[in-house]
Amino acid sequence: MRQQVLVLYLASSALDSDVVGWSRYDGTGRTRPTTGDGDEPPYSTALAALQDGWRLFQASQLLPPHPGHEYDVSFPKHEFFFEKLEEGAHP
Amino acid sequence: MRVKTNQQWTISAHDPDEPGPYVRRMPTSKHLLTSVQMARFVAQGFLRLDGVVPQEINERALATLAEGIPQVPYGAPLSGAFTRDTFIHGLLALPDVAGAVESLVGPEPTVDHHAVHVREPHEGKAQALHADAIIDVRPDAFDIQLMYYPHDVTPEMGGTLSVPGSHLRRINETDIGRVQNLRGQTRLTCPAGTVVLVHHGIWHSGRRNDTAHRRSLYKLRLNPTVPQVRLWDTSDLHDPAVTAELGTYFPWYEQAAARLEVYNRVLLWRALTGDESFDIDHWVTRVSNRPAPRRTA
Repeated sequence: MRQQVLVLYLASSALDSDVVGWSRYDGTGRTRPTTGDGDEPPYSTALAALQDGWRLFQASQLLPPHPGHEYDVSFPKHEFFFEKLEEGAHP
Repeated sequence: MRVKTNQQWTISAHDPDEPGPYVRRMPTSKHLLTSVQMARFVAQGFLRLDGVVPQEINERALATLAEGIPQVPYGAPLSGAFTRDTFIHGLLALPDVAGAVESLVGPEPTVDHHAVHVREPHEGKAQALHADAIIDVRPDAFDIQLMYYPHDVTPEMGGTLSVPGSHLRRINETDIGRVQNLRGQTRLTCPAGTVVLVHHGIWHSGRRNDTAHRRSLYKLRLNPTVPQVRLWDTSDLHDPAVTAELGTYFPWYEQAAARLEVYNRVLLWRALTGDESFDIDHWVTRVSNRPAPRRTA
C-alpha cells in the first residue's frame, strides 16, 4: 500500500470553510504534482474531501500569537493533511 | 511656497496644501508611478509592465543571456554598473522602467546582485515556492527585484509563479515550499519585453517548463539609498482609488489574517507617505487608542 497525501489550506480553522490553498504528494509515483500546477482546488472545502474518502491525519493547532507579534502574518494558518491508501509501488 | 526645480515641484513643509517635510513630486519624463500604482504595489507586492521593452533590446538581451553576464560587486551604484553598450543599460533607460524604479527605490539605488534564471526544456519539476534571500522584515524599507522576460512566455513554458499579496508574510526562503498552489496565484504568461518589479518578500517559483525551449529571465535586485518616502508622482495621493487598492483582499487569504494584511499595509503606507494619520476602516487607529488619564483640577 502507498500513501496519497492531500494538504488543504482553509479560510478558517473550521473543516467546512473554503479551501484557499492545496498540495498533493503521490506515494504511488503515478503522478508528479508540483508547484503552481493548477488554479482550481480539488475540493471547495475540507469537508468535501472527507466525503470523498480522504482521511484526516493532521490538523493545525490553534496557537495564540506570541506576545508582541499579534499582527504578524506568516505561513497559511489552517493546514490540514489527508491521506488515501492505494495499491501500487513506485516504478 | 512652491519652487520649480529640475522638472519637479518642491513644496515646503509650510505649504498649506500639503503639510509635511517631504517633497511632493510631479510627473517627469521618467514616467514616475502614480499613487494608485504605488498603493497597488504595496497591496500586491509587484508591478507588471507588459511588453514595454522594444524588440531590439530583447534580441540583444537574448544573445547576452545565452553567453552569461558579468559579475557586479554588491553595492555598486546602479548609475555606473552597466556600460552604455549593454542591454541592461538600455532596459533601465526606458522611461517606464526608469520611472518605476525611481518611484520604488529612489534615485541612485545600488545593485544588490543580478542573475540569469533559466528553466530548462522538459525539466520535470518546478522550484519550491520561496521568497528570495533571507527573511527580511524591514517595516519602512524594501528592495525590489526587476524580472525581465525578453521572449514570449506561454502557459506551457512555466512562467514565474507568484502569489499576490504574499510579500508581507514573514517566512524564510523555501520554508514555504510544501505549499504548491494558492487561490488567486499568478502563473505568468506575457509578451516579449515584459518587466515585473517585485517587492523582496514576494512568494514565487520558477514553474515547470513543459516545452522543448529554454525559458530565460534576467533578474536585477536593487537596494534603496534614500528613505523611500514620496518618491513617486503624488499628485493623486488623496484619490479614493488609493484606499481601494490598499484594501484589496486576495482569494488565498484566511478570513482573519486578511484583516491583518490590511493592517500591515496601512503601516507600510504610513511609512512611504510620512502620513501617520492614514488608516483604512480604523484598523490601526482602533488598536492604538490608549487614552491617558484625565487630569482633575
